[in-house]
Amino acid sequence: MLTVKNLRKSFGTVRAVNDVSFSVASGQILGLLGPNGAGKTTTVSMVAGLLTPDGGDVLIAGRRLAGDTDPSKRRIGLVPQDLALYDELSARDNLRFFGALYSLTGRTLDTAIERALTLVGLADRARDAVKTFSGGMKRRLNLAAGLLHNPDILLLDEPTVGVDPQSRNAIFDNLETLKAEGKALLYTTHYMEEVERLADRIVIVDHGTVVADDTLPGLQSRVAAVAGAAATLESVFLTLTGRSLRD
Amino acid sequence: MALVPIVAMVRKDLQLFFSDRRAVIMSFLVPIAIASFFGSIFSGPSRNAEPARIAVAIVDQDDSAISRGIVAAARTDRNLKVSTPPESDARDAVRRGNTMAAVIIPKGFGDAAGKAFFANGEKPPLGMLYDPSHAMELAMVRGVMTEHIMQAVSQEMFGGDQGRALIEQTLPQVQGSAMPDDQKRLLVEMLGSVQKFYNQSPSRPAGSTASRGITMPYTVHEEAITAGSNVAYNGYAHSFAGMGIQFLLFAMANLGIEMLLERQKGLWKRVRSAPVSRVALLGAKCLSGTLISLMTLWVSFAFAMIVFKVRIEGSVLGFVGISIGVATMAAAFGLLVAALGNTPASARGVTTFAILIMVMLGGAWVPAFVFPAWMQQFTLIVPVRWAVDGLDAMTWRGIGIGGAVMPIAVLIAFAAAFMAVAATRFRWEEA
Repeated sequence: MLTVKNLRKSFGTVRAVNDVSFSVASGQILGLLGPNGAGKTTTVSMVAGLLTPDGGDVLIAGRRLAGDTDPSKRRIGLVPQDLALYDELSARDNLRFFGALYSLTGRTLDTAIERALTLVGLADRARDAVKTFSGGMKRRLNLAAGLLHNPDILLLDEPTVGVDPQSRNAIFDNLETLKAEGKALLYTTHYMEEVERLADRIVIVDHGTVVADDTLPGLQSRVAAVAGAAATLESVFLTLTGRSLRD
Repeated sequence: MALVPIVAMVRKDLQLFFSDRRAVIMSFLVPIAIASFFGSIFSGPSRNAEPARIAVAIVDQDDSAISRGIVAAARTDRNLKVSTPPESDARDAVRRGNTMAAVIIPKGFGDAAGKAFFANGEKPPLGMLYDPSHAMELAMVRGVMTEHIMQAVSQEMFGGDQGRALIEQTLPQVQGSAMPDDQKRLLVEMLGSVQKFYNQSPSRPAGSTASRGITMPYTVHEEAITAGSNVAYNGYAHSFAGMGIQFLLFAMANLGIEMLLERQKGLWKRVRSAPVSRVALLGAKCLSGTLISLMTLWVSFAFAMIVFKVRIEGSVLGFVGISIGVATMAAAFGLLVAALGNTPASARGVTTFAILIMVMLGGAWVPAFVFPAWMQQFTLIVPVRWAVDGLDAMTWRGIGIGGAVMPIAVLIAFAAAFMAVAATRFRWEEA
């Protein structure tokens, strides 16, 4: 469903993403891991059409993504790292606005809002202002806003930052439901256990390049072969990206 | 279908605007309060009202017929509010700003002024103490006092007892003087004629107001040229235009700063990830800004119309056109703030400065006609000037639609220029 081919992006003299390639199939969750500054968010931004790549392609169902108004963007849903919500508006009004950006109107929009709010467990708070929500509720609404237009591909940029275990678990359940519906999910995070639980494949990037692209067992066996012992995802990650601090 | 996102963005901006109580107060109540204050100061006298009198103290140390005549005439002057305190009190009142000027008539003034009036006598000094912060009023007081002094001196010289005595005293002096014979003869003949005039006329009875001296040889018919003969100048029309424009600029700058905050919060990532064109994004922002600006301006004017009887004496269509022009220009200015601002904090500071300069030079605080001539020309490069002048033209000046065409064209041109710069400088990439 989503294919990223040789993506490149530089900011001034800094090469943020260098020849990154991977693909995500329908009904699959791809975990995108990397230390701070590895190029994860830049990659997601290019896939979402927020940044123009210096080189390479983003293919949606085999079709190259190009331009602000490319209809293929309707097949992508973005859940940004920030809580991209209007605090003064109600949950429903937020979703009404974000749905309208995809030209959803009338009954279609109302149904989409109900469905998204029900999925994330906020249907009973639809009329409340977002500023009255807890951090976990905002995170769930952030997810709902990315789902409104029923995209085939969901880009999740650290969607569980700062939430309690209950909300995180609820979000995981939502993502597994979406996976079961056949959606392709690209999931970036720093939390290894999230990827261990959710991801079908794992791509590890460092210094803007892909250093590993495999399933969890595949990665573990690669590191075990070198270290001679059973490996966790964290040890795999540290082996591949090193132990030096990234700021 | 591109219309759906545009309508949604406009509706969302309006919802956010009305949900922010501070923004609503700033946009509606504050301009009304400040415009009311400025309007009350600059509205000038109404058609039937007395003009604002200038407080003047007259210290009469002479107590002669002439000095008393000066004081009496000054008291009847509709431009002056005369008091007659002792000199020390008069000085103190001027120093404190309670009195604009103090005129000191020294002892012997009447006698000396009479002599100086006919003969080449030494001119007596008239003291004038003034508040240096009122230079314009000082010139007016000087002119008014000149009229009253000339009138009082000539009146006394041509009909008063002091004049008779002075002629009787002066004639022998002239005859015995060393001036050339022909000049002496002419002066003696003139004084002799004045003496005959005295002898043929009875002495003026006490309290007589009949003037026998020099008087102003004309009267002035004053007519304020406004929208019509029955339309008085209403200073509130100008102050509400000026303050309305100032605060809609602030509201739109705030809209631009909100866009920077939206970027900080990651909202623009979500918006930009949708299949919406850049033109639609900026167009929607400009449209919502224009609507908010129009509401701001028209609510202010509605208040002025209801409370202060401000009327659109010119073209209603022209008024609407200029309102839309200035609202669009202000909305485009907001986009410029969003495009050029780095952070909300830095943008807020620079924008406040820019708006204050624009409204100051645009004549929003005080009418542009009080500016020096070069500045009146220079300030035509400021869009606020066109907006204020245009709204003045449509309200109290009563100019027709023809007077609105140029301001509308200029305001739309400014809006287009601001939009063009905003579109090219806007940070479209969202990392």
